[in-house]
Amino acid sequence: MKRFSRVNLLLLLVVLLLAVAPVALGLGSGDEPFAGADALAEQAIVDNHPDYEPWFSPIYEPPSGEVESALFALQAALGAGFLGYYFGVARTRQRLRGSAAKPPRE
Amino acid sequence: MHIAEGYLPPVQAAAWFAVSAPFVVHGSRALVQQVRRDPETKLLLGAAGAFTFVLSALKIPSVTGSCSHPTGTGLGAVLFRPPVMSVLGGIVLLFQAVLLAHGGLSTLGANIFSMAIVGPWVAYAVYALIRRVGGSLDVAVFAAAALGDLATYCVTSVQLALAFPDPATGFLGALVKFGGIFALTQIPLAISEGLLSVLVVRLLTRVSGDDLRRVGVLRTPAVQA
Repeated sequence: MKRFSRVNLLLLLVVLLLAVAPVALGLGSGDEPFAGADALAEQAIVDNHPDYEPWFSPIYEPPSGEVESALFALQAALGAGFLGYYFGVARTRQRLRGSAAKPPRE
Repeated sequence: MHIAEGYLPPVQAAAWFAVSAPFVVHGSRALVQQVRRDPETKLLLGAAGAFTFVLSALKIPSVTGSCSHPTGTGLGAVLFRPPVMSVLGGIVLLFQAVLLAHGGLSTLGANIFSMAIVGPWVAYAVYALIRRVGGSLDVAVFAAAALGDLATYCVTSVQLALAFPDPATGFLGALVKFGGIFALTQIPLAISEGLLSVLVVRLLTRVSGDDLRRVGVLRTPAVQA
């Protein structure tokens, strides 16, 4: 493997390791290990300010955790799909230019 | 880092809207100008937005035993300057507020300020500084994306501490508390975001050097292959 690909792979591996290590080491705690930080912040507010009433509620809420995770997956898929499209276009463009610069082989 | 719907007192929610609005208006202008001046970069612009879309959808476990997500705004800030990201980041936040009940419309102003304004500006400042003192592109992009990400979550902590000071220890006590929930959790994620941004820039350098030259990230002239 070329150095370029090796470094890229290494970058991905480190990202993967950073995400998996906390779970593998069992760092989760409390009633719900690895809960969202946003939810924890909400809880902290409610604990310290029990009289605070959220004055506005979401206009739409996904009916279940499943639907919510589907929408999150959709968001990631849209983004990843477009990134893939971009790199496909860029790569093809580069390749076509490369073959145009070289004299055609007989 | 999304402050949940309704979790800022009305006056503060409105104040954050007032603070963010000029940045978003200016950013929309910058975005239109960018597309008009250089229509060829439209695709790369889409890719920068897509990167934010992916990263802010990924909730990743962290060392503190909770989950959070990167922001992905640092890369776009380096490529297209921070004003453009105030719009792209704002779109992502709006999508999540409306469809996912993640964040909220009432807190949109505050969330835009942290993720789509302060994050990108910190990222860009770090990038520009490191490039000026002769740092490599990889190092500059890594530090920019990681610190921009972290800055976003620090701002969220400040926003919540302002809104909900601790009954006993006041603003500072609350800042420590929210900082522990957000900023500390974010450190490994910020590193991940830095690494992923470097990965994307490496791929961009390889296959679309022309795009990078167009936005001024690469300065060397094209090599004739």
